[in-house]
Amino acid sequence: MTTLPDVSTNAVASARWRPGEIVFWIVVVACGFLFPSRYLIMTDIVRLALFALSLDLILGYAGIVSLGHAAFFGVGAYSAGLLALHGIIGEPVVALVVAGFAAMVLGFFTSFLVIRGVDLTRLMVTLGIALLLEALAERFSNITGGTDGLQGIEMQPILGSFAFDIFGKTGFFYSLIVLFLLFLLARRIVHSPFGLSLRAIRNNPLRAAAIGIPVNRRLIAIYTVSAFYAGVAGALFTQTTALASLDVFSFERSADLMLMLVIGGTGYLYGGLIGAVVFKILQELFSTITPQYWLFWIGLVLVVIVLVGRARIHRWALWLPNLIIRQVAGRRAVVAVPESDAS
Amino acid sequence: MTTLFTILFDGVAYGMLLFVLACGLAVTLGLMNFVNLAHGAFAMAGGYICAVLVNNSGWPFFVALPLAFIASAAIGVVLERTLYRHLYARSHLDQVLFSIGLVFMSVAAVDYIMGSSRVFIKLPAALEGQFDFFGVGIGRYRLMIIVICGLLTVALQLILARTRFGSRLRAAVDDPRAAIGLGINVPQVFAFTFALGCGLAGLGGALSAEILGLDPYFPLKFMIYFLIVVTVGGSSSITGPFLASLLLGIGDVAGKYYVPKMGPFVIYTIMIVILIWRPNGLFGRTAAR
Amino acid sequence: MFIRRQLLLAAGAIAAAASVLPVRAEETVKIGLIVPMTGGQASTGKQIDNAIKLYMQQKGDTVAGKKIEIILRDDAAVPDNTKRIAQELIVNEKVNIIAGFGVTPAALAAAPLATQAKVPEIVMAAGTSIITERSPYIVRTSFTLPQSSTIIGDWAVKNGIKKVATLTSDYAPGNDALTSFKEHFVAGGGEIVEEVKVPLANPDFAPFLQRMKDSKPDAVFVFVPAGQGGNFMKQYAERGLDKSGIRVIGPGDVMDDDLLNNMGDAALGAVTAHLYSAAHPSQINKEFVAAYKKAFNNRPGFMAVGGYDGIHLIYEALKKTGGDATGDKLIAAMKGMKWESPRGPISIDPETRDIVQNIYIRKVEKVDGELYNVEFATFEAVKDPGKTKK
Repeated sequence: MTTLPDVSTNAVASARWRPGEIVFWIVVVACGFLFPSRYLIMTDIVRLALFALSLDLILGYAGIVSLGHAAFFGVGAYSAGLLALHGIIGEPVVALVVAGFAAMVLGFFTSFLVIRGVDLTRLMVTLGIALLLEALAERFSNITGGTDGLQGIEMQPILGSFAFDIFGKTGFFYSLIVLFLLFLLARRIVHSPFGLSLRAIRNNPLRAAAIGIPVNRRLIAIYTVSAFYAGVAGALFTQTTALASLDVFSFERSADLMLMLVIGGTGYLYGGLIGAVVFKILQELFSTITPQYWLFWIGLVLVVIVLVGRARIHRWALWLPNLIIRQVAGRRAVVAVPESDAS
Repeated sequence: MTTLFTILFDGVAYGMLLFVLACGLAVTLGLMNFVNLAHGAFAMAGGYICAVLVNNSGWPFFVALPLAFIASAAIGVVLERTLYRHLYARSHLDQVLFSIGLVFMSVAAVDYIMGSSRVFIKLPAALEGQFDFFGVGIGRYRLMIIVICGLLTVALQLILARTRFGSRLRAAVDDPRAAIGLGINVPQVFAFTFALGCGLAGLGGALSAEILGLDPYFPLKFMIYFLIVVTVGGSSSITGPFLASLLLGIGDVAGKYYVPKMGPFVIYTIMIVILIWRPNGLFGRTAAR
Repeated sequence: MFIRRQLLLAAGAIAAAASVLPVRAEETVKIGLIVPMTGGQASTGKQIDNAIKLYMQQKGDTVAGKKIEIILRDDAAVPDNTKRIAQELIVNEKVNIIAGFGVTPAALAAAPLATQAKVPEIVMAAGTSIITERSPYIVRTSFTLPQSSTIIGDWAVKNGIKKVATLTSDYAPGNDALTSFKEHFVAGGGEIVEEVKVPLANPDFAPFLQRMKDSKPDAVFVFVPAGQGGNFMKQYAERGLDKSGIRVIGPGDVMDDDLLNNMGDAALGAVTAHLYSAAHPSQINKEFVAAYKKAFNNRPGFMAVGGYDGIHLIYEALKKTGGDATGDKLIAAMKGMKWESPRGPISIDPETRDIVQNIYIRKVEKVDGELYNVEFATFEAVKDPGKTKK
């Protein structure tokens, strides 16, 4: 009886918006105005951030590892592409939601396969599903365009009034708004009792089952939600680039995603966002300097990150923001620390 | 009917090759519980070492093969002692991040040193071509693969099950602390095992240049196949990965021959079905971590 | 300070957006070279990059008073990368020309940008017929697959090949090659006994080759992308297809000079139709091959020639416009241009902006202990059949 209020006050407290978070979003929006010549790469980052957020929901909060998250990204991408190409749903926002639902349906049905088994099995089953879909897309080239991808997609203006431009401005703010809205939703989900029960499952499925949490149903639910997020990310990809090709399903996409999330840290929602920024900027930087051998430097960074230790790097990275917040707000460090490191 | 045997033969050869390439991973992953996605990089190293020795220095192929094994094993030991050792106790995610990083570095480094074109190893004439055995076409090279890999498999099984080293390794894996208490030098056993796995991968890499093609992207391209072998096979013994390799090899070859349009579906479907049927692999330990 | 500069940039970009035509730098002509430098297609990108470096070493980096600046970017042959990089090069770097494009989807992805920004897109590798139709600003200096595939189809019929099994990679260039070959071969009275499309990422050819063998054709028509040819030939020999008298014919991609010498004697006797052989007996080619070998320690393949001719075309067009690098003027200058390339005489079709070139029938033979594609018949000034039939 006495523990109940404690849990809820705790949950409410951790759900409150921290100043650091508000600063984060202000900085993100400011970037949109500060670097108008870099809309494309920023759009790319925003899309990846949404995609990483989707993986964080299952990996960071429910402990489901996946090497095949590109399956949902791809389904979203192709759905959005086909909807636009055949003029079924011309309005991007509606198409976005529909594409997300398409991925969600797939997520629901595959979740039954995924929740069985241990980590390694899950990795391989998810990977297998993504590869199967890639093979399917290649096989049915009359629908998907095969290896050449969907060509000739023309996007209609968003809500009938904002047309996609060559500089990618519309695309960027569109993606950013979608990311923010879905982030709010994700934040709501993980701080709800449902989200708390997921964490209980992640920490110890047996104990969670023992206190009466329906483990499998919760896992299926979050996996399905995560698939929706990935589908929306995929649809954003198609809508902002007017392209959909086989590599939306590729293993590299899922693997890069995993790398981003792990770099940023799992289980506090911002990990994927930060990881996407760091990873993409590094990649862009290295591949501009040395187009041929950038893989080497990315690899080196990954190795160094692991050897130094992610927790230590996160502390270093958060040192300055924390210092500023302490100075400004006059209280203790308030920027979220990744849960995976805290534990 | 004879075609069926030829297909079976090709499939077995392909499967055996996959086994030699992947069994090192089965050991590190299954016995040492370390996710080493950079396994393919060692295979690539072996392949390139063999290619350089044969093509540039004019060494005979059969001398270069064991050297590929030794060299990859040596690289394996060095990396194990300097880098991998620190990561045994870390989370799987850290291990994935680290080993993918190594793969990226190896890909770019090989690209820099050897160029990005495919490399072939000049084979002795005795290994080229095919002969007829009661109407069944037998490729000489593939026959050699089957013989070498078959012998290796038997040897491995004997080492693990019969020798002192094998029992030490199993003891070290089951309970490292108790093993140390019994006077087993666990780090040494692990280093040796790791080197053995890398050496086998190197040998596999050298053998596979002819069939799979060897280029700097080898570790990335075949990472998936290795993982399939290990997960489908399970990791309690090497029999599991062995059977899984054969299944995968035969399934892939037969699938491509009989239903060429459905090629890639066959193996992925096999994999998913098996993993759903037996989540810990064909020969998995139910209590696997 | 920093922020003020960013604001200025912002203002500049908005102004540029308003006037649509980005402001060009005066004295340099920037070329954005987008090729795969990593991933499975990396050798294509490297050959092109090498060839361009070689050309600029030979001819200097200024033309018509303008300094040429190459900005090399890697797209790993992934079309959305290509598109983003092309867009950034055009918008941020203000490049005058985009060039390269290792694979067809990449070339297609950049096409709308070329049109919108009125920037010439020089395709130096990708070989699907439709590419040049996607934008009036696309010019191609590589080849189209129908060019070589129709010719080998005609040649096969005339030279006693009746039954053919085909093995092609399942993507646009492969399908292009297959359709155009089939059309000409069947029209001439030939018969296709087996048709296999292999997935693009394909580790082992053995089962497909077994199918070829079982269908007992006179010849196998092969198209696999540059790079996979070596494995194909190795396994072709391993399976004893050469001994059972089945010949290899196809467009020359399989017998890419880049790899040919490593394929072993199995490749001997393969007959292919292609635009370039390192053994092409002209003075200009001998010099090109020698210089390339000296600089990069490797034989140039047809991708290198595509890059070499691409940069040559840009140089010549700039000379013609007197250094004016506006898109429309460059394209106008490029149309109909004729020159002698290492591969032989070539020109740019003024109608389609596609390349017109000789296609040679070649046979793999040993010359001075090395394998070469030795040309023995020439079809002159072949236009892209994929377009002329429309």
